[in-house]
Amino acid sequence: MAYGPHTDEDRAAMRKAIGVASVDELFADIPEAMRASELRLPPPESEAELAGRLQRLSERNRVDLVSFLGAGVYRHFIPAVVDQILLRGEFYTAYTPYQPEISQGTLQTIYEYQSMMAELTGMDVVSASHYDGATATAEGALMSCRATRRGRVLVSRGVHPHYRQTLCTYFGGGDLVADEIPLVAEGPAAGTTDLAALERMLADPERPVAGVVVANPSFLGLLEPMAQAGRLAHAAGALFVSVVEPVSLAVLAPPSSYGADVACGEGQPLGIPLAYGGPYLGILACRESLVRQIPGRLVGMTKDVDGRRAFVMTLRAREQDIRREKAASNICTNQALCALAASIYLGAIGPHGLRDVAALGAARAAELELALAEAGAPRLHSAPYLNEFAIRVPNAHEVHRRLLDRGVLAGLALVEAEPDDPSLADALLVCATEVTTADDIEVFARALCDEIERQHQLSLPGLAEDAR
Amino acid sequence: MTAAGDRLGPTLFERSHPGRGGGKIPHPPKDALARIPADQLRTEGPNLPEVAEPELTRHYINLSQLNYAIDSGFYPLGSCTMKWNPKVNEWAARLPGFVSLHPFAPDELAQGSLQLLWELEQALAEIGGMRAVTLQPAAGAQGELTGILMVRAYHRSRSDLERSEVLVPDSAHGTNPATASMAGFKTVSIASASDGGVDIAAFRAALGPRTAAVMITNPSTLGLFESRIGELLDAVHAVGALAYMDGANLNAIMGRFKPGEAGFDVMHINVHKTFSTPHGGGGPGAGPVGVGEKLLPFLPSPRVLRESDGRFRLEHAGERPSSIGRIRSFAGNTAVLVRAYAYIRAHGASGLREVSDDAVLAANYMKSQVAGVLDVPFARHCMHEFVASSATLKAETGIRTLDVAKRLIDLGFHPPTIYFPLTVEEALLIEPTETESIETLDAFVEALRAIVHEAHVDPDLLHSAPHSSPVRRLDETSAARQPNLRWRAMTGGQTPCPD
Repeated sequence: MAYGPHTDEDRAAMRKAIGVASVDELFADIPEAMRASELRLPPPESEAELAGRLQRLSERNRVDLVSFLGAGVYRHFIPAVVDQILLRGEFYTAYTPYQPEISQGTLQTIYEYQSMMAELTGMDVVSASHYDGATATAEGALMSCRATRRGRVLVSRGVHPHYRQTLCTYFGGGDLVADEIPLVAEGPAAGTTDLAALERMLADPERPVAGVVVANPSFLGLLEPMAQAGRLAHAAGALFVSVVEPVSLAVLAPPSSYGADVACGEGQPLGIPLAYGGPYLGILACRESLVRQIPGRLVGMTKDVDGRRAFVMTLRAREQDIRREKAASNICTNQALCALAASIYLGAIGPHGLRDVAALGAARAAELELALAEAGAPRLHSAPYLNEFAIRVPNAHEVHRRLLDRGVLAGLALVEAEPDDPSLADALLVCATEVTTADDIEVFARALCDEIERQHQLSLPGLAEDAR
Repeated sequence: MTAAGDRLGPTLFERSHPGRGGGKIPHPPKDALARIPADQLRTEGPNLPEVAEPELTRHYINLSQLNYAIDSGFYPLGSCTMKWNPKVNEWAARLPGFVSLHPFAPDELAQGSLQLLWELEQALAEIGGMRAVTLQPAAGAQGELTGILMVRAYHRSRSDLERSEVLVPDSAHGTNPATASMAGFKTVSIASASDGGVDIAAFRAALGPRTAAVMITNPSTLGLFESRIGELLDAVHAVGALAYMDGANLNAIMGRFKPGEAGFDVMHINVHKTFSTPHGGGGPGAGPVGVGEKLLPFLPSPRVLRESDGRFRLEHAGERPSSIGRIRSFAGNTAVLVRAYAYIRAHGASGLREVSDDAVLAANYMKSQVAGVLDVPFARHCMHEFVASSATLKAETGIRTLDVAKRLIDLGFHPPTIYFPLTVEEALLIEPTETESIETLDAFVEALRAIVHEAHVDPDLLHSAPHSSPVRRLDETSAARQPNLRWRAMTGGQTPCPD
């Protein structure tokens, strides 16, 4: 066996001690009729063969394109120290810190993670981590239902579509309702959450609202009227659940400043690689009064019998292994190592470094906006953005595909993520971060200019057939 | 674990000095944020630590040394399966082609990852005897939720709307009843039979037109194979309910028992147990779910598909309307799944069967040795883990399982899972796994023997254990009464959160 130590002599000695002639006897409880059919899997591979296979598989992915793709997860520079520390076996091969006396390393790092996220969000309480931004948002919405004993939440269409879909799936379990708040269709606020619609939706006395969920920046990259949305929610007795991007919080107003009751979001931008979907980091935070509603582990500071400061998992009466069917959530395993990555990342770059990441992304994005507009693809909206925005491109899906052949990953064709929204049919969502270079922008703008010109040619009467 | 001394250090916040650190990120132009409206900007920066790289590194390395881990020693934590985490898997998960791929990358850029995920689905389906597998759930508990939501969708699709109950044995993991509640079902807890197994008669009595599903862990949380599982599955299906298998203990039965073949309709798998992906101090894991024919239409979206030309793609949004929908963002905890894939390819069919055989052999060997030291309530052969109990020891000396566990720390071992399952008094759930040598297993039993001796001659030593760990027993009561859940710059560790 690949990693086991047992020799045939060891196995014989163990069988003798047990008093069985064959290991098959140990499986005698499996009824004859239920024994497994033959396991049909490829033969074992040596580490050398396995490494070659995995190397080749990884090379079948193409990660060499100039990329402007964000849409919820972002390419950032990750200082070398982050992965060096994550590779400490004492961290990554430890279990959940159920024995605090020999888990103080994990426990203190979680407490420090909670503290850093509390600083960033301004919230009182931060969970030890949730799965990802989508599930943290779904749990945040469920918290609002438990806290208000109401069964309906309003979710802005500016929230990431994966989060909205996940929330709907989670709500499908109970008899809870999630209604979507539309976006403003036209004018200077186009693309942001429609506050007038929100006010109307909150006004229905027959269907009281538990929580209002709005993201800042929104999925479309726009800055949302969080303070106003929060005030409307509170006036109707609902909680305000804000979905945030942690790097942006270095420069943008934190959820606490606009009265959010729950803050959630995707922690991936904090030193966690893209890795085709995860593992990422669900950030879930709340105000103190909601501490007994928050799902997942919490680490608190305490003392040992000798009076030494120490850390321990606490308020565990919310959790599934204690409360069983009455638990706040079924979550058990979370994303502890990703929370550690985020902490090391924040420690490595510091508050000024984080501000630089956010501000440099904003600066690069402004350069990108200018270059793409000159190439013939102006912004789709006019509301302020930080480092991500939608551009108007004729036949966007086709252009996006053709740009791949020119080595450019031109963000996300929004029709793929939001197929039901006709206003986004001819739009690409693009972002810049601190790793975006002037050269990248130039390559993109030039290629896009050519493609738009081509689309223009194709659209002229009589030429389309020939060109195809 | 060696003797401690005072090895606890300050928090990263206490190490902070304004002006330290930096040099990682280029500086932005001064006017970078000039276009952002003032009311959107933060007025006061977050109070995050400022430390230089050497201090930062030492902070974390010193913290790491306060942890016990598989890399440092034997970790017989029953039900958690702390087996060896192969090093090549860490290398593989960090290959640039895997690490740098954006989850919204078009399928044509993602063929390597999609192929890996597809092959892993096939392999897990084969191991579980299932029709198909989704890899999306982020952890076992989320896999359970996915499975039970599919059960709900199945009954609804048949307009069978009265099924409001999920039956769960009282020895089940806490996630089972918590999942049932989250999916909108009422949990009915069924007492175990005296031999530790499921009480078939009690289940039969509880089954009926209101039953949506039963959730069974097999082997059970007592480490016993439910030999009457066939009768139970027949009874469940006879009333139109579905059978959910908690696959937490799949590591015991690979190549011996395929739950799908036996008649289970749905099962989650904890890859961080059976397939050796690291626990990371509490995650990330991954909780793939396998389904039989009945639940196939309801799998969450997107699935990984293979086209007739051999290319792979993700299902489009809305492509399969019967799906329960999305249960998280993107395709799954892919980097964790790379490790699980590597583990399966390294072992192949013969190796996986050997994994289970050796895990069961080692557990029975330890059980035979522990039997002379502590109570071992169930005489029959166990699977990959077994329950011991300090009930007799407690009656004779007043020493409880908690004391035994804490004293094991002094003797260099991570304690087993304690007080679980809830159905056994003073329980210790011991799981050696297949990757520990016979010398290690013997040394652990000797440690238990020494502790039992101490219990008779010097019980105070045990009441006050551990003595050599970085900290000793903690004040968990005041931690919960006056929770201090975050560092506050002004008050530091002295003052709890304002209430």
